[in-house]
Amino acid sequence: MAEVTFTRPEFRVRIDKELCQQCGRCAHQCGWGVHKMDEETGYPVPDSSKCGACHRCVTFCPAQAILVEKNPLAYKGSDSFSPELRKAVWRQAETGGVLLAGMGNDKPYLRIFDHLLLDACQVTNPSIDPLREPMELRTFLGRKPDKVEVEYVPDGDGVKPKLKTEMDRLLQIETPIVFGGMSYGSVSLNVHRSLAMAAKELGTLMNTGEGGLHADLQPYQDNIVVQCASGRFGVHADYLNAGCAVEIKIGQGAKPGIGGHLPGEKINEEVSVTRMIPQGTDALSPAPHHDIYSIEDLRQLIYALKEATGYKPVSVKIAAVHNVAAIASGVVRAGADIVYLDGFRGGTGAAPTVIRDHVGIPIELAISVVDQRLRDEGIRNRASVIAAGGIRSSADVAKAIALGADACAIGSALLVALGCHLCQKCHTGSCSWGICTQKPELTRRLDPEWGAERIVNLVTAWSHEIAEILGALGVNAVESLRGSHERLRSLGLDQQTQEILGVKPAGIGH
Amino acid sequence: MIDRPARKYGGLTLPGTRIPDVGRRPSYTVEAEEGILGNCGLMGVCDEAGERMSGELAVRSMASMHDRGNGLGGGFAGYGIYPEHPDHYAFHMMYADEDARQDTEFYLARQFAIDHEEPIPTRAVRGIQDEPLLHRYFCRVDAERLQETQLSEADYVVHAFMDINSGIDGAFVASAGRNMGAFKGVGFPEEIGEFYRLDEYAGWTWTGHGRFPTNTPGWWGGAHPFCLLDYSIVHNGEISSYGINKRYLESHGYQLTLRTDTEVVTYLFDLMLRRHELPVEIACRALAAPFWKDIDLMAADDKEFYTALRTVYGPGLLNGPFAVVLGMADGMVALNDRIKLRPLVAARDGNRVYVASEESAIREICPKPEKSWMPRAGEPVIARLRGAAFGAAPQSVPAEVN
Ligand code: SF4
Ligand code: SF4
Repeated sequence: MAEVTFTRPEFRVRIDKELCQQCGRCAHQCGWGVHKMDEETGYPVPDSSKCGACHRCVTFCPAQAILVEKNPLAYKGSDSFSPELRKAVWRQAETGGVLLAGMGNDKPYLRIFDHLLLDACQVTNPSIDPLREPMELRTFLGRKPDKVEVEYVPDGDGVKPKLKTEMDRLLQIETPIVFGGMSYGSVSLNVHRSLAMAAKELGTLMNTGEGGLHADLQPYQDNIVVQCASGRFGVHADYLNAGCAVEIKIGQGAKPGIGGHLPGEKINEEVSVTRMIPQGTDALSPAPHHDIYSIEDLRQLIYALKEATGYKPVSVKIAAVHNVAAIASGVVRAGADIVYLDGFRGGTGAAPTVIRDHVGIPIELAISVVDQRLRDEGIRNRASVIAAGGIRSSADVAKAIALGADACAIGSALLVALGCHLCQKCHTGSCSWGICTQKPELTRRLDPEWGAERIVNLVTAWSHEIAEILGALGVNAVESLRGSHERLRSLGLDQQTQEILGVKPAGIGH
Repeated sequence: MIDRPARKYGGLTLPGTRIPDVGRRPSYTVEAEEGILGNCGLMGVCDEAGERMSGELAVRSMASMHDRGNGLGGGFAGYGIYPEHPDHYAFHMMYADEDARQDTEFYLARQFAIDHEEPIPTRAVRGIQDEPLLHRYFCRVDAERLQETQLSEADYVVHAFMDINSGIDGAFVASAGRNMGAFKGVGFPEEIGEFYRLDEYAGWTWTGHGRFPTNTPGWWGGAHPFCLLDYSIVHNGEISSYGINKRYLESHGYQLTLRTDTEVVTYLFDLMLRRHELPVEIACRALAAPFWKDIDLMAADDKEFYTALRTVYGPGLLNGPFAVVLGMADGMVALNDRIKLRPLVAARDGNRVYVASEESAIREICPKPEKSWMPRAGEPVIARLRGAAFGAAPQSVPAEVN
């Protein structure tokens, strides 16, 4: 039988010829070649099968002549064997391959954040106006001692207290929002530049992801966490020292237990130099670190990295899986200063769809059980908890902090700020927005200064919103919300989930 | 409703009031479940030379703030009041019934050597009703028993305190400190003071409290002060950071049974002062921490110190409106929240340091203090008994901050 595909396009792209000015911009803008200009008529002829609804053409069409709509093609209904599953079967029957997808899990699982409500003050305790009173979001990440010891030293005629306890190095961030790891290679250098500039201006942290650090980003090192993942791409002594902290990536929420695969097309000269691998070869990160097969091995790597960096904080990133509380406890006992939890909605440049959509647990539950476990064991102060994987708004940040996170990491939201439309075609390497591509004609679409400004705006706006939330709660420092389940209520969650979260149902007072 | 006629107390004329008839408390944990919200009046006085003052002084001061309470809770703590048993842990007990008393006495007799016990003397006062059985026990910790448990003496007493409050139905420890005691109940403070015959006691430190619980019937145990070992707390305000403060304390082994902010404040002081051995002025800086904008302006070593203090004790930061007075074996500390959302005035006259919600309550018992001032947000007022050092702080630390 001839090459026939059964999968019909997801979207339908239509050009309104009455409006079209035949300028050809759509053909130029689309990274996937949806639009071809017809030489005879002068109008674009769209190939809907390539469209991912990224809206690049729609955004730049001067005539608003492009309509992208859902393909209304009807399928015989079945709640269990949905058209989506049928399409997956057809594609695999055609190719024999694993289906890939970008961005995060998009399945309609329960979104716990949307079932949690925050408290506010009325009458008996006053709310605080963040426009008039200081509202403190500053956060310190890292290992804190159990207690502070003081000695008194002479000061003029009297004495003054002086710190006797030796403190570990802490990472100071001005807002409890950091950037999640996104590697150079999966995203473009201009994205990395935008992130680094924004992190510096915001007083927060960007994370290199596992692709090494481009030489241009050296000036931002106080705001950069360098990652050391299973592929060890671009890892050398100078790299490890090029940031303010090191992160060992064990797993990722979008693909727990799975390695990484950056296709050779994305490995151009600069990526190859930064990653220290030959140009054009696929960059394969193994599923496990081949030197970590137990918690003792992790401990060795943590301390090797500390030795190599003069005891900078070490973060360990793990995916939120069923046993996350025990794993996190082991990670803290192994010496990690930060545990970075990535929930099952976390984004990715590319992951097998079956893993992305079916493996892991929600970040809300992971935060709560990890925080409680560390408290029960009396080691909560020994490491900070960063929550990631499905943080979509300032409300999510506030709720994650109330559940027990020290800070949240965001990734997808940053890319959305840069123009990403969550079309989920990152793995194709042809992102029309110039975000997750290395093609020079596409990457230059993103001006780093513009990108940095958008990210600064976004995080500043969220920080203002968090300040409003704190003010309404009647507290003026974020540490008074951190881990305060008492300020959360659930609406429409089952009893067991409430118990795991440690949150009472809405309608119950103190 | 119960009508209380206008009456005189000392030189004061107090207006008549109507208060809800809350009846007999059904159980000792009902209020704990309901939560307590309120606005209150408080006072404290400490003679740094250790000269003892009649409890009547504290009662009169509180009486002048009659209108800050609603008759649903009043109480006092006195230090130096048991010169005949200065080294005994004085368990002030409240019992709902005889069963609770028998269970508690069985427990106490097993855990302690009781050298003296008696009913707490009271006199009939109009307006005070449905009082629990009130009894006190002067206890010693048996050295051998202590050895067996491997606990410090203080921890041993704390365990007993928590065992009784969480384990014995209808029994409540009002206080269990040395040479001190809490006297509290449902009523206006001046009624409670008269009921407990405080004019017959003399102490070098007194604190007092009148409650205004807004949404719950008062119960005797829920009145202030709240005590642990030698610490006593009277508190006006609401701790908006209660949720995390409670979890922080729980991970240090405290059982919080009362769902009151005051319990949290008391245990935080216990953790920082006794277990972490922080000087009291430093503990206050952790509980009502300076703002980062101020820390940023400090000299490098101060900045390092306060940054460490805030990062380590962040979960213990008391956020929300409050004024508290902490009574201790060796002095008294008053503290406001970091943006001073509740009133607190201080004064000094000779050896005596006074604090109160209202200046009039100080002038009632000390008409012309040498100086009086409004302590700034987060700045503790500290009175120390001469020769006593708080925690590890050396003697040369100024006696008060103002
Ligand atoms: S960008 Fe718009 S106006 Fe230009 S050719 Fe395409 S559809 Fe026509
Ligand atoms: S980064 Fe680009 S390719 Fe990936 S989802 Fe966003 S718009 Fe699509």
